Amino acid sequence: MKGIAYFPGCSLKETAKDFEISAIAVMDALGIPLIELKRWNCCGTVFSLTSDDLMHHIASVRNLIRAQEMESPEVVVLCSMCFNTLKRVSLRVNRDEESLTKINAFMNKELDYAGEVEVKHLLEILRDRIGWEQVSEKVIHPLDGVSIAAYYGCTLVRPHEVGIDDTETPTVLQEMIESLGATAVSFPFQTECCGSYQIVDRRDLVINRSYRILSSAQRAGAQVLITACPLCQYNLDEAQTELAERLPDYTSIPVLYFTQAIALALGVEAGTIPDLLAESLVGQEIPKKEETTR
Amino acid sequence: MKQNKMIKIFIMGKAYQVPAGLTIMDAMEYAGYRFIRGAGCRSGFCGACATIYRKAGEYRFEFALACQEMVEEGIHLAQLPFTPAPRAGYILDDLDASENVLLQYYPEIACCVSCNTCTKACPQDIEVMDYIQAALRGDIKQVTELSFDCIQCGLCSMRCPADIKHYHVAQLARRLYAKSASPTPQHLKDRIKEIEAGKFSDELEELTTMNLDELKERYAARQIEPTT
Ligand code: SF4
Ligand code: SF4
Ligand code: FES
Repeated sequence: MKGIAYFPGCSLKETAKDFEISAIAVMDALGIPLIELKRWNCCGTVFSLTSDDLMHHIASVRNLIRAQEMESPEVVVLCSMCFNTLKRVSLRVNRDEESLTKINAFMNKELDYAGEVEVKHLLEILRDRIGWEQVSEKVIHPLDGVSIAAYYGCTLVRPHEVGIDDTETPTVLQEMIESLGATAVSFPFQTECCGSYQIVDRRDLVINRSYRILSSAQRAGAQVLITACPLCQYNLDEAQTELAERLPDYTSIPVLYFTQAIALALGVEAGTIPDLLAESLVGQEIPKKEETTR
Repeated sequence: MKQNKMIKIFIMGKAYQVPAGLTIMDAMEYAGYRFIRGAGCRSGFCGACATIYRKAGEYRFEFALACQEMVEEGIHLAQLPFTPAPRAGYILDDLDASENVLLQYYPEIACCVSCNTCTKACPQDIEVMDYIQAALRGDIKQVTELSFDCIQCGLCSMRCPADIKHYHVAQLARRLYAKSASPTPQHLKDRIKEIEAGKFSDELEELTTMNLDELKERYAARQIEPTT
């Protein structure tokens, strides 16, 4: 298989299409194409903390089986929330004979899960397999002079055993930003939670948390903020719409998926780029989004 | 005609001797049961005859259409006359094929745990779980394509631990898809015109004014698809 087995997750097909479009273009350009699992289902959304509640791990296990069906030892994930759930389930059931026996007996008449598929985040592939130097070499539009805040949120770095980097002071996103020629902005709230699902019934909580994150990033000099999470992206953008109405002095900044920043620098399809950013990159040709159909 | 050898089957726990080679429906009728509900076309199309059974020596239940599945020695049978699944009310003309319309009318699809039990219950070999998953992410086209052979037997919904009413979700998806994405075929437009022009009015008039005995006679003499 040339390329790497890839699990998209529901958000990337719905609200976060730009994340997928840019990631596919970037990985094509870097020579390790993403190969979507032939069948997949929702990751399960949140890892069940009742870890002996095997039933609630089945959704994730089923996706691991799809990777196994493709004879892939690993599956790469973009959405940090799906990544977190899938990875925690893999750590919970992989090489645990007793759980695997139960799960496989329950799934009866289907392919047994052998308990061996590794879950990786795309940032790990970029950092550990491709390397930032390689990424730098492919840059054709260096993002010179653009200050980008690295926003991690929770699910990329917590809990420790799942995290792709140091839990308190991660650097992987800053390294990525520097490799594109941009200036990486670290800020105190970069691993703070945006409020996540609370957006459904405690909107103000999310707006407040998002405000702290966004204003902290801006005070540190950020013109753009990047994330690996469709829910963070949604929450931060929702908050900005509301903040712009409530606070006359508030200036919005573009919130992009990290893959969009890479795509801009590599000169490949980046999805929809806010005008705001297009302006700050004057003189550079922004690849236009093609009409996507589904 | 050569008489088939007799086999022993159980209907709701009681033993009966029936000839081998009968369908579940025929075997139950042979044993003296009469289907008032839960039978229709008798040829695997209408989905009225969903049934649950267990083979001798097995602990798992199996599911099928009673008019299609053959009985075997030691099989345990029961009949499911009806699935009391609720269908959401909607006015199709007022709906857009937007990404969350299925979730809006059937929010319980978000409770799917991907156990695949629905798929295993489906007598039509439909990937039921996959169409619920497609519904969850708003992919109306995929729900339509995957669920196309659904005959609304209800077995998936009888089994789902999340109490999802799959076939109603799929029906809404197909309606939305037909409305928004597929053009109205010419033959349908033609037929609607014919109906409006009164093509069937006389026949309809005749039937609605006929007296009951005449109507019964006509019904008894109607042409039925021959059973094999
Ligand atoms: S999808 Fe459900 S209702 Fe439709 S045929 Fe299959 S089991 Fe029956
Ligand atoms: S039976 Fe219900 S919970 Fe299980 S996969 Fe099907 S829809 Fe999901
Ligand atoms: S009676 Fe119609 S499908 Fe069995």
